Amino acid sequence: MAHPIQIILMRQLAGYLSVPLFLVDPKGNLLFYNEPAEALLGRRFDETGAMPAEEWSTVFTPVDDEGRPIPAARLPLMITLDRHRPAYQRFFIRGLNGVRRHLEVAAIPIAGIQGDFLGAVALFWELSE
Amino acid sequence: MRVTLFGTRGSIPAPGPETTRYGGNTPAVEVRAKNGAMLAFDAGTGIRRLGAQVSPATARIDILLTHLHMDHIQGLGFFGPLYDPAIEVHIWGPASSTLSLEARLSRYLSPPLFPVHLRDLPSVACHQIPSPPFDIGPFHIETSLVCHPGPTVGYRVEGDGGVVAYMCDHEPALCLHNGRWPGREWISGFDLAVGVDLLIHDAQYTDEEYERYLGWGHSTYRHAFEFAAQVGAKQIVPFHHDPSHDDEMLDRLHENAVRRIKPDFAVSHGREGAVFDVGLKS
Repeated sequence: MAHPIQIILMRQLAGYLSVPLFLVDPKGNLLFYNEPAEALLGRRFDETGAMPAEEWSTVFTPVDDEGRPIPAARLPLMITLDRHRPAYQRFFIRGLNGVRRHLEVAAIPIAGIQGDFLGAVALFWELSE
Repeated sequence: MRVTLFGTRGSIPAPGPETTRYGGNTPAVEVRAKNGAMLAFDAGTGIRRLGAQVSPATARIDILLTHLHMDHIQGLGFFGPLYDPAIEVHIWGPASSTLSLEARLSRYLSPPLFPVHLRDLPSVACHQIPSPPFDIGPFHIETSLVCHPGPTVGYRVEGDGGVVAYMCDHEPALCLHNGRWPGREWISGFDLAVGVDLLIHDAQYTDEEYERYLGWGHSTYRHAFEFAAQVGAKQIVPFHHDPSHDDEMLDRLHENAVRRIKPDFAVSHGREGAVFDVGLKS
């Protein structure tokens, strides 16, 4: 089944941005991340493909300033999925290539014309440590 | 179903001796079921003539608007049945994120742009889409938003054993990844058009024009044919012709596209007055 046009256009837009971007459906299933995000996450999207929320929320091993794992429910994208509102956080991840990165992440809901919740997008910004 | 084209031109009416064969009216298409039930796709200037041919016995007409750009609603105020209290007219179309369909249409159907208020018409009801699939008489209708600036829907109508898709303003080529068509779930309008008997699709631009107008929400003949191939349409009608393209140029674009792409589906000219029987023959 084809995705809603807002999701299709978001993926197209992501392909033309230098800002790392991660796109999920309303259930949190990863639909796409763009090339700049591939550099942060350490693997090409073609290699990882789509994956469910339980998988992507742990596979990049997010940790806080103290090095403690961040529960999936506290990640910005999960908050956005749960509450349908924007969320923001700073944390560290270890990409699939083993590189540790300090990130700011802002997640925003994708709401359709009639307010229907269609998914969410997370924008990443790497901080210099 | 019998599908009749009353307006095939995009953007603005283009009457004149150079457009007599393809026509100069903006989009309006009649779909009539065997039992006489009637739909109209869009309300461009072609709908005036469509309305003039409505039988006095008609009790209900449903107008399915794709979007509210002027070329798709310009004929609405001149659609005779709107003023006949004996005929129920139902208008279906997209709302915006802040305005209802009725409020959006009222911007045109009210002074100073038009002397009559939408609210003063005797028997008109507005319905917002996209929505879950719905039925109107013998027709089963699916809608979804498609790639075009502003809220724009495409339609899939099943009836009398046939299926027609109407996507008159549509730029699916924006979904291409590195020049290639992506998987079906990433193609705008795919579900509406998959396997249809008749696809009425935007083919406004030449390849050269498209380079200048990328993102304006329209297709070339090549894009329309490629989209038809992706969805497995059995027949395509190129539509929404650019107002600057005269009959000779449209003949040439059509012939060149067929020769170059060699489609394995039927291609028919999108000419005003063209009639297509879809599904079971009566």
